[in-house]
Amino acid sequence: MLHYALKRLGVAILVALTVSMVTFSLLHLTGDPAMALAGESATEADIENIRHVYGYDRPFLVQYVSWLGNALRGDFGRSHYLKTEVASVIFKRLPTTMILGGCALGFALLLSIPLGVLAAIRPNTIVDRIALSIAVVGQALPSFWFALILIFWFGIEWRLLPITGTASWRNFIMPSVALGYYVTPAVMRLTRAGMLEVLASDYIRTARAKGLRPGVVLFKHALRNAIIPVVALAAVQFGFMLGGSIVIETIFAINGLGFLAWESIQRADLPMMQAIVLVLACFYIVLTFLADMLNAFLDPRIRVA
Amino acid sequence: MSPPSAIDAATTGTIASAAQILEPSPAVLLRRRVFGHAGITIGATVLLVIFVVALLAPVLSPYDPLAQDLTQRVIPPVWHEAGTWAHPLGTDQFGRDYLSRLMYGARISLLIGFVAMLISGVIGTTLGVAAGYFGGRVDMVVNFIITTRLSMPVVLVALAVVSLVGNSLWIVIWVLGLLIWDRFAVVMRSSTQQVRNLDYVAAAKALGCSTVRILMSEIMPNIVNNLIVVATIEVAHAVLLEAALSFLGLGVQPPAPSWGLMVSEAKGMMFFDPWLIGIPGAALFAMVLSINLLGDGLRDVTAPENRN
Amino acid sequence: MRAILEIDGLNIDIPVSAGMLHPVRDVTFSVERGETVCIVGESGCGKSLTSLAIMGLLPKKARVTARTLSFENTVLIGLSERRMRDLRGDRMAMIFQEPMTSLNPAYTIGNQLEEMLKRHRNATTREARERAVFLLEKVGITSAASRLSQYPHQLSGGLRQRVMIAMTLMCEPDLLIADEPTTALDVTIQAQILLLLAELQKEFNMGLILITHDLGIVARVADRVAVMYAGQIVESGEVKQIFDNPTHPYTQGLLECIPIPGKTAPGAHLGSIPGIVPSLVGDQRGCGFADRCHYAMAECVAENVTLRETMTAGHEYRCVMSTDRCAGNLHAEKSS
Repeated sequence: MLHYALKRLGVAILVALTVSMVTFSLLHLTGDPAMALAGESATEADIENIRHVYGYDRPFLVQYVSWLGNALRGDFGRSHYLKTEVASVIFKRLPTTMILGGCALGFALLLSIPLGVLAAIRPNTIVDRIALSIAVVGQALPSFWFALILIFWFGIEWRLLPITGTASWRNFIMPSVALGYYVTPAVMRLTRAGMLEVLASDYIRTARAKGLRPGVVLFKHALRNAIIPVVALAAVQFGFMLGGSIVIETIFAINGLGFLAWESIQRADLPMMQAIVLVLACFYIVLTFLADMLNAFLDPRIRVA
Repeated sequence: MSPPSAIDAATTGTIASAAQILEPSPAVLLRRRVFGHAGITIGATVLLVIFVVALLAPVLSPYDPLAQDLTQRVIPPVWHEAGTWAHPLGTDQFGRDYLSRLMYGARISLLIGFVAMLISGVIGTTLGVAAGYFGGRVDMVVNFIITTRLSMPVVLVALAVVSLVGNSLWIVIWVLGLLIWDRFAVVMRSSTQQVRNLDYVAAAKALGCSTVRILMSEIMPNIVNNLIVVATIEVAHAVLLEAALSFLGLGVQPPAPSWGLMVSEAKGMMFFDPWLIGIPGAALFAMVLSINLLGDGLRDVTAPENRN
Repeated sequence: MRAILEIDGLNIDIPVSAGMLHPVRDVTFSVERGETVCIVGESGCGKSLTSLAIMGLLPKKARVTARTLSFENTVLIGLSERRMRDLRGDRMAMIFQEPMTSLNPAYTIGNQLEEMLKRHRNATTREARERAVFLLEKVGITSAASRLSQYPHQLSGGLRQRVMIAMTLMCEPDLLIADEPTTALDVTIQAQILLLLAELQKEFNMGLILITHDLGIVARVADRVAVMYAGQIVESGEVKQIFDNPTHPYTQGLLECIPIPGKTAPGAHLGSIPGIVPSLVGDQRGCGFADRCHYAMAECVAENVTLRETMTAGHEYRCVMSTDRCAGNLHAEKSS
């Protein structure tokens, strides 16, 4: 078990390193960072100056190794724009995105798991078709458009919810829905499939033969087994949501990591962009690891070997 | 109908032998399933309409999508009081006809969707089939590459690269194509693994067929089903991504009528003229929905066991 | 000894895509307290479905009709699902064939045992736990108390089946149905489990329905036997009657298929019954065994065949031939 965990850790570190290298290359080699930084009205001299000051005139590998060396010590450099340390800014904005992601995931699970269970106990009926239709519609809806529609109806026409900022918990309702609904179809389908399979199993037949009440059979016996892969999927989707929150955060003016990334891109703030990508990648890696652990923990056949 | 049980499985087995005698040929069955499947027919029809409109946009569109006419600004669509049939879907804040922009926007979405899908398809399929067929070290390396790609936040990286390289239609296409190949790789890898272990592949090897020959004539035909399904998913994926990028201003550049861009340009005015974001958004929704219906339907018909 | 289960004319009809399936037709038998009734037949003869009909566990689309289907004076036909649920596990219980998959892998066996008592008797955890330990010891599981916190996957197939048996006894049911409880187990374990069932049945004075395809088991444990073929009972009676004087051609054929220690000579051919089970879809007429029977005649397929008594009381069979003729056939086979 330890050997396996160590091996996974090794691979995870390697992946993180590779991500950082790929990102670094993409950011520094696809364009001219100095020019992007200097802006439109800069002169040749200005650009050269910037190139020298920020070290963009050094060989690429030197730049990368230097960045990596610092990063391993927790120093992600200074933001070109904000004139403060990148690390501190990121960690200040991170909690907001995590809260948004958590609420979005919560919404998605609250909607999709009951729907999936309902569809499974009434397969091929109208309920099932409605649930599947919700899934199909959810996958086709562009998130930014959905967000705007929500704003239009709930924020403006009916004046029920605030549109921007993070003043209160109410501010998180629409963004969570707009961010979370995209995950709903996958989770609902997986729940439905898992429940269908479990409900046809022998131990459910035993539970019914014991005269247990339907609710007990459904939730205590069936769902408990069907939900295991769903939990793992949810963990991974949380990772995607953290990375995909940029659109929602910009629309709702939520001061999280996604919005920070957006601002950095607009200002060609490379150290910030590099660090954000790395942080998100690490989160994803940790979350997939967590998903595996959850899988093992929830199934006694793996946990108690 | 109660949920499926072990009993259902037992009883249906009893009459299987009788039914087999009366079954029609596989081709007839397939045709029945394809045309009987509501998802496929609806999806294919809508998609065909969009495709034809996009193809014939220069002929069909009433105006030049880029032509501004400041005397005709912000006219509502024809179903409003102030609407007019001269501009059935209204005009935007620059007086450009929305119907024409919608038609030309379809070209952009379809072009980006399909070409990005092709690029990512080539990359992903090559990686996936190689990993699935050769296994061992090759599989390890490809898995590592896939994991690395999955760990990267796609939207962010795409935005960053486009912002640095400059946004043109083809840069967006290539950036997307180079980023969204992961599902191709994963699905093709598992499909190839399944097929590789089948008997006729072993037979081909025993006959001394070259690797390329085996890949082409034994493996590929059997994974094409899954390939098509993933391809439809990725077209939809690319369309949505491009729309998001353009919405954020880092995709197709104005004045091109990308639907995502149209939503972005109109969002400041959505409070008073909601149709300006309603129409292009609905068009996106319709296109992606039809692609998904078609893809789901194809998968149901050809490989229902992969439903999840 | 009054009958706890009375079945008369039980039919099960299931609509399927190819028409109407009739897997069980005109089944009649009863079970008394302390009695073991074995239902014997090959796969697909309807024995499992019959037991599921008694327990009310058939899928909703299955239609169950009978002149009588009552359990301890409660009519089961048309009984509400709620009341059926109260009966299940409490007054009547069932063990299934696959012990490996019949227990929920996510919960300890203690949890699954205790929930029986909590559900039907509102017992406290302590009371339920005490009874669980008591029963685990009764079924021959050592260190019962520590077993409670184990998960099903930590037990062997034989142990799991013992746990299943213990589970059915938690509420002291009056009727226990065992559907091929030993088929999936090692031969060496089979005997132990059967012996256990027999002991427990005597001790708790339950009625036991044992479903099996193994005539050896029938000989060992049954008081009464019902032989089923293609959904119908073709012969029923006390076990001695069936084995000494098998009347129906199918029963005779079955007995010829098994080697009898002491009687079957080494190297002798065992019998076989050529042909396959008929389709049970659509209208059924005549004897189901006709197309496989040596002695089939025109009248066998013309009309439905009813049960008749043999010379001995309580021994019935479903055939157009007289008992003399059947006995004669048997002797002819034996001497050839």
